[in-house]
Amino acid sequence: MGKVKCECGRVNPNGTILCESCGRALTEKAKQDKLVDMRYEGSARRSQTYNKTLIDKVWNFFSSVKVGIWIIVLLLVAASFGTILPQEFYIPSNVPPETYYEDVYGTFGKLYYLIGFHDLYNSLWFSALVAALGVSLVIASLDRVVPLYRALKNQRVDRHETFMKKQRLFAEREGTLQRAEWQRVKEALEKKKYKVRMENGALLAEKNRFTRWGPYVNHVGLIIFLLGALLRSVPGMYIDELLWIREGETLQVPGTNGEYYVKNNGFTLENYQAGEDPEVFNEAINRVGTVAKNYQTDAVLYKNENNELPGASPKLEEVQRDAIQVNQPMKFGQFAVYQTSFRQDEMKAMHFALTNKETGEEFGEIVVDLFDQQASYDLGGGYKVELLGYYPDFDGFTQEGEPTSKSPLPNNPAFLFNMITPQTPEGEVSFAQIRNTMEPLGETTFKMAFKSLDTRDVSALTIRKDLTLPVLAAGGLIFMIGVIQGSYWNHRRLWVREKNGQVYAAGHTNKNWHGLKRDIEAVLEGTTIPRPEDRQKE
Amino acid sequence: MANLAGVSSTLLEAAFFLYLAATFLFGGSIRQKGLRDGEGLNRWGRLGILVTIIGFAAQLGYFFTRWAAAGHAPVSNLFEFTTFFGMMIVGAFILLFFIYKTAVLGLFALPVALIIIAYASMFPSEISPLIPALQSHWLAIHVTTAAAGQGILAISFIAGMIYLVKNIDQTKSTKKTRWLEAVMFFIVSVVAFILLTTGFTLSGYKSEFEYVNKEDQAASQEFGLPALVGPNEGTLLTEGKMEPLAEMPAFINAKKLNTVIWSLVGGIVLYMLIRLITRRRVAALLQPLVRNVSSDLLDEIGYRSVLIGFPVFALGALIFAMIWAQIAWTRFWGWDPKEVWALITFLFYAAFLHLRLSKGWHGEKSAWLAVVGFGIIMFNLVAVNLVIAGLHSYA
Ligand code: HEM
Repeated sequence: MGKVKCECGRVNPNGTILCESCGRALTEKAKQDKLVDMRYEGSARRSQTYNKTLIDKVWNFFSSVKVGIWIIVLLLVAASFGTILPQEFYIPSNVPPETYYEDVYGTFGKLYYLIGFHDLYNSLWFSALVAALGVSLVIASLDRVVPLYRALKNQRVDRHETFMKKQRLFAEREGTLQRAEWQRVKEALEKKKYKVRMENGALLAEKNRFTRWGPYVNHVGLIIFLLGALLRSVPGMYIDELLWIREGETLQVPGTNGEYYVKNNGFTLENYQAGEDPEVFNEAINRVGTVAKNYQTDAVLYKNENNELPGASPKLEEVQRDAIQVNQPMKFGQFAVYQTSFRQDEMKAMHFALTNKETGEEFGEIVVDLFDQQASYDLGGGYKVELLGYYPDFDGFTQEGEPTSKSPLPNNPAFLFNMITPQTPEGEVSFAQIRNTMEPLGETTFKMAFKSLDTRDVSALTIRKDLTLPVLAAGGLIFMIGVIQGSYWNHRRLWVREKNGQVYAAGHTNKNWHGLKRDIEAVLEGTTIPRPEDRQKE
Repeated sequence: MANLAGVSSTLLEAAFFLYLAATFLFGGSIRQKGLRDGEGLNRWGRLGILVTIIGFAAQLGYFFTRWAAAGHAPVSNLFEFTTFFGMMIVGAFILLFFIYKTAVLGLFALPVALIIIAYASMFPSEISPLIPALQSHWLAIHVTTAAAGQGILAISFIAGMIYLVKNIDQTKSTKKTRWLEAVMFFIVSVVAFILLTTGFTLSGYKSEFEYVNKEDQAASQEFGLPALVGPNEGTLLTEGKMEPLAEMPAFINAKKLNTVIWSLVGGIVLYMLIRLITRRRVAALLQPLVRNVSSDLLDEIGYRSVLIGFPVFALGALIFAMIWAQIAWTRFWGWDPKEVWALITFLFYAAFLHLRLSKGWHGEKSAWLAVVGFGIIMFNLVAVNLVIAGLHSYA
C-alpha cells in the first residue's frame, strides 16, 4: 500500500485528503476547495481509495451512505405495504387465505394475496432487504471508524494555517498575543470543560470527542439486534407452543420433552361491574357495555420425576402454583407460560334420565362424560343403558340412516342408547341430543330424557422459551447508549495559532454550530483573539 | 373520586386557555422591534413563556389528578393519549425555547398543541377501566416515553414549517407554494372537523343505524354527524334524520369515513373562505410573522429537536414497546400495524439524519423532511388507530 508523505513530515496512509497531523491539504481537489470537508477529518477511507477488484466494488457499494439511505427507505416503504390489509397471521384461522382476501376485500384483496403481501414480513425479499441493511451497517461503519480514530488520535495542536483558513468558523488578524491572553483563554476554556493543549504558539481546545463514536456504537447495537433476530432460527433457541387446557386437566407442557406438566385448576373471566368497581368507571361501562377485567388460569406446575426413566409412567411432583394472567406470565426455568386465549362453557358431560314416556317415571340418571364414555351404565334393578354410538359433532343422518359426526370436537353431541329394562329385556333404541330425543328404530316405551349439561372453560396458554432475548436486549441497550452518546453531545474544537505576526482562530463542531459559537464568544471575551465568523451563513 | 375527576377536567380547560393566551403573547413579542430571535427575550416573550409554563403546570395537574381518580395513568384511550401528546409538544417547546430563546417557535407550537388537544376532546372523554392487556406499568412507561419522543420530533416539524413559510417565495405560484398550501389545508381541515363535531354535538344531533358487519352479524352504529355515507345494509332507526347518500361495503367503517368526508368538505369550505376573504395564500398570510427569525437558527432547532427526540422515540416506541409486548402478548414483535408504523417513523428519522450528515440536506430540504416526518407521526396517531385497527385499537 502506498503512503503519502506530508511536508510536515508525517507519513499518511494512501488516500488521505488532509494530513492526519498538521491538516495540510494533500489532494489537488482539497487544495482548491474553499472550505475543507471535515466529515471524517479528511482521513483515508478504503472506499474512497480502492476500486479495482470485485471486493472493492462490493465494499464501496455497501459503504456508501447513499446506498444505506436507499435501503432504509425501501424497507420503510415495503413495511408500510404490509399494513394496508391484515397480515395472514391476523385473519381468522378457520378460513383459507386464498379465499379470505378475495371474499372480504374483493379484487384488491385477491391482488394483495397474489403479490404475496399477505405474508410480506416473512417473504424472502423483505428478509434480503434486512440483510442488506445489516451488511451495509457493518461495512459503512468499518470504512469510517478506523480512519476517523487515527485522524483524531494523531491530530496536532499546531495545525497548518491553510487548514485553519478553510474551516467554517475562522478569523485572522495581524499582530501577536500576550501571555496573559493565552492564559485567560485557556482558563475560560477549561471552565467550560474543554481539554486544552498548548504547543509552539498554538492552542487546541477540544471537548466531547467520545460523541464521535456514538454512530458506530449504535450501529454495533443494531447489528447485534439483527443477529439476535437471526439466532431465533437456530434449533433449541426458540420455542413457541400453544396449549389448550380444560379446567381440571393435567397436560404435558409442550417443548419440555415431558419434563413438565401443567394442571388447569380453573379459568376465570371477570368483567367490570358498574357499582362494584370505582364509580369513575360507571360512565364508560354504561356506554360500552361489558369491559373485561381479568382473564386468569389458576395453574399448577409439576415436574415429572420419572422423565429420565424410559417407559416409566409419569410421577408428578408439584413445583409451583401460579395465577396466570395477561401481563403476568408464570415463569419457570427458561420458560414462560402466558394467558393467551380461552373458550368458555365447553360441554363436558351430559345427564340423561331413563324415563317411561307414558308415566313420566324415571329409573335413574346417567352421566355421560363427553371425553370418557362407558360402554354401558347400570342403573340397578334390571335397568341398564348401553351406549351404541357417540357422535360428538352431530351433523345429520346419511341416506342409509347412519348418524354422522362432522368432527371429533363435542360441539353438538348426540348418542345412540340401548335401554334395557325388566319390561324390555331386548332393549329399545333412543337417539338423544340436548333437549331432543328420537326413535330411529320405531316407537319405544322408554326414552333417554336430557336432564342437564356440565360445562367447563378451556384456557389457551402459550409456552414460550426464547434464548435470543438476552442478545436482543444487549443490542437494544448498546443501540441506546450509542444514539444518546452521538446525539446529546457534540464534538467541539477551537484552534488558536500565532505564526509570523499573524493570529488565526478557527472552530469546528460536528453539529449544533450555534452552541459552539456561543462557547467561542464567551471564551474570547476580553482577549484580542479575532472572533471566528461563520462563512456558511444564509 | 368523581370530584377529583372534575378538578382534573377543569385543569385541562385552564391549560387550554392559558396556551391560547400565551399564543397571543408570543404574537405580541415578535411584533416588538429590536431583538432578533435567539438573542434574548423582550417583555412579551418573557410573559409568553411564563404563561406557557403555568399552562403546562395546569395540564400536568390535569394528568396527575386524573391518574389519581382512575387509579391508572391516563394514557389508555384516544382522548387521554392525544391530550398527553399535546402536552408533550408544549413540554418539548419549553425545552427548546430555553435552549434557543425563540418566540416565534411558540407562536406556531402552541396553536398546534391547541388543535391537538381540541381534537382529543372530540373522543369520548370519560375515565375508562383497563382491559387485561393494558393492566401493566409498562402502559404508562411505554406510552409516555413514546409520546414525549413524538412531541420533541413535532418541534422539528414546527421549526420546519416556520422555515418554509419564511423562505418559500410567495410572489408566484410554484410547486412549493402548492405543497405548503396542502399542509395548511390539512390543518384547516382538522379545525373544520373540530368545529363541525362541536356544533353537531351541541345541537344534540344523533342518528342510529342497524347494519350488517364484516362478520355478517347484525350490529348498530350511532352517527354524531349527518350520514353522507351509511353502513353496509344499514337502516336508519332514528326518525327525521338524514338518510345516507351512499352505502359502504362491510369492511369499511362508514361512521369513520363519514367523519373524514365531513372534515374534508368542511376544510374545503373554510379554506376557500380564507382565500376569498384575504385573497392571499394561507402561508403568505403567515409570512410577515416570521420575517425576523434567522433561517439558520430554525434549521438548527429543527435538527436539534430530531437529535433530542429520536433517541427518546426509539426508547419509548420501540424498546419499551418490545419489552411490554414480550410480557403481555408473549412476543416482543408481532408486525401489528401500529408497531409497523412506529418502525416506519423510526426508519424515516434515521433516513433524515443520514441525509443530513452525508448528503448535506440542510435548510429547505431538511424542513420538508420534518414536515413529512410529522405527517407519519400523525398518520400513526389518527389513521392507524381509526382505520387500520390492530392490537392497539384504542377507542
Ligand atoms: C435503521 C438503521 C440505522 C439507524 C437507526 C442508524 C442510526 C444512525 C444515527 C443515529 C447516526 C448519527 C446521526 C447523527 O448524529 O446525526 C448515524 C450515523 C451514520 N450512519 Fe447510521 N443508522 C442506520 C443505518 C445505517 C446504514 C444502513 C448505513 C450505511 C451506509 C449507515 C451509515 C451511517 C454513517 C456513515 C453515519 C455517520 C457517522 C459519522 O459521520 O459520524 N447507517 N446512524
